[in-house]
Amino acid sequence: MREAIGLSKSPMLAIRDLSYSFEARKPIFQQVAIDIQPGEFVSVIGPSGSGKSTLFKLITGLLEPDQGEILIDGQKMETRLGLVGYMPQKDLLLPWKTVVDNVLLPLEVKKENKQQNMSEIRKWLSRFGLAEFEKAYPHELSGGMRQRVAFLRTIMTGRELLLLDEPFGALDSMTKRNMQSWLLGLWEELQKTVLFITHDLEEALLLSDRIYLLERTGTFQEMKVHLSRPRNPELIYQSEFIEMRKELERRIHHE
Amino acid sequence: MNNALKKWVSDYGLFVLVCILIVSVWEWVVRSGMIPAFILPAPSAIWSSLADNWQLLLEVHLPATLKEVLIGFVLSLIGGLLLGIGMHFSRVLEKILYPFLVISQTIPLIAISPIFIMWFGYSIWSKIAVTILTAFFPIVVSTYDGLKMGGTEYRELLLTMGASRWMIFKKVQVPMALPSLFSGLKMSVVYCVVGATVGEWLGASEGLGYFSRRMSGNLQADAVFAAIFLLSLLGIILFLIIGLIEKQLLKHNHR
Ligand SMILES: Nc1ncnc2c1ncn2[C@@H]1O[C@H](COP(=O)(O)OP(=O)(O)OP(=O)(O)O)[C@@H](O)[C@H]1O
Ligand SMILES: [Mg+2]
Repeated sequence: MREAIGLSKSPMLAIRDLSYSFEARKPIFQQVAIDIQPGEFVSVIGPSGSGKSTLFKLITGLLEPDQGEILIDGQKMETRLGLVGYMPQKDLLLPWKTVVDNVLLPLEVKKENKQQNMSEIRKWLSRFGLAEFEKAYPHELSGGMRQRVAFLRTIMTGRELLLLDEPFGALDSMTKRNMQSWLLGLWEELQKTVLFITHDLEEALLLSDRIYLLERTGTFQEMKVHLSRPRNPELIYQSEFIEMRKELERRIHHE
Repeated sequence: MNNALKKWVSDYGLFVLVCILIVSVWEWVVRSGMIPAFILPAPSAIWSSLADNWQLLLEVHLPATLKEVLIGFVLSLIGGLLLGIGMHFSRVLEKILYPFLVISQTIPLIAISPIFIMWFGYSIWSKIAVTILTAFFPIVVSTYDGLKMGGTEYRELLLTMGASRWMIFKKVQVPMALPSLFSGLKMSVVYCVVGATVGEWLGASEGLGYFSRRMSGNLQADAVFAAIFLLSLLGIILFLIIGLIEKQLLKHNHR
């Protein structure tokens, strides 16, 4: 499947000459360009308040750029709403819906037949370690489980491009490690294109093919991650990884 | 069962105890002659007046008031929901209606009621008009505020799934508004009893308000208190019924 997508040469996401600022404030983006190929895993890092979440809102179509264009799968659409899978910074599970109903929300919105997809969804739920919690309500779940429900809901949008806004930001470091290795395994079989916001440099290096560094000037600096796949979390102790981490930190401090 | 009893005692035990204390002191104060019975009748006198007038109260006056309350409440509910939802969807409507709503609540009820009598005569509708004037405001405000609380975050999430405005209204904003709406309904139903009573005081031929007015003209304080007792009981029961519906409906609306 990845090869099939590779044949169509257009990038999954292309941002050209993008500028954006909230009214009368210092610009958040200045003539930014980003290209993301199908099947890539790309991270965005940057200090708090630098505009990472704003970038996602622009890509999803919740905000419109002041200047420049955003192409999804090579196409410039009138509205981008409904074209990408978006996982917001907070899990935003609906508290009155069970786990399975929360996961089904994207199908409900698109008025798709839920019953037809039920067996596939059950498979997903167990793949996400949520099978026993199908009928549970969000307040009965741990933070890590809530994130997995929110992630599964994002996958259920059926979109090829997934935007994940700090999915592990609120988790403790142990849970986070588990989630990272789980995501590594999952992504390799999912064959989706992922754009991933994080504060955590190790996490960015461990998961990504490339990293975009959002700088204070409102531009991006790109860094490739030359680590072979499949990867596992043990990687962070290897000298190769530590070197890359140093390089990344150096770039952050010399921006 | 034993557990339920224990919970009941721990929840309401203190309240019941204080009630018994107040009634006992009250009875004692009146019987010992400290306060004349025509100013404050003893609880036992109220009780026997209640028993004496039982048939009249229960078969004529209570149903009359209940009818006004129910019709007033249902009309307030329909009107309040429509106005609240309308104001939610249309900013123009909001700008026009909100000031009028607030003005409507600054009119002294006692002052406007004679006008209603002029308009609607001594029919049930003059009482219902007063009831609606007191009862619909909390419904409009709680509907409108509740819908607004629906959170931009959830709205944005659904927008990225390609949801229409109606879909967002149905899937997120209505469920989110329910707790606020029910607070409004509980307040409103109690106001209905107040409104109906005031309406009856100003001109009626039946109803608990009418009864208590007639009795106060006859200086039968015990009968007045009997009617007040029934009115407050009616308010409490209606309040509890709405509370029960709320509990059933919002069983899983944890937030
Ligand atoms: N709706 C808005 N109106 C005005 N300014 C906004 C709005 N949303 C965000 N901002 C501002 O834009 C800047 C970027 O916000 P954004 O949420 O994109 O940051 P972020 O990089 O995601 O931060 P964090 O890492 O803390 O999530 C911030 O300075 C914020 O105050
Ligand atoms: Mg953010």
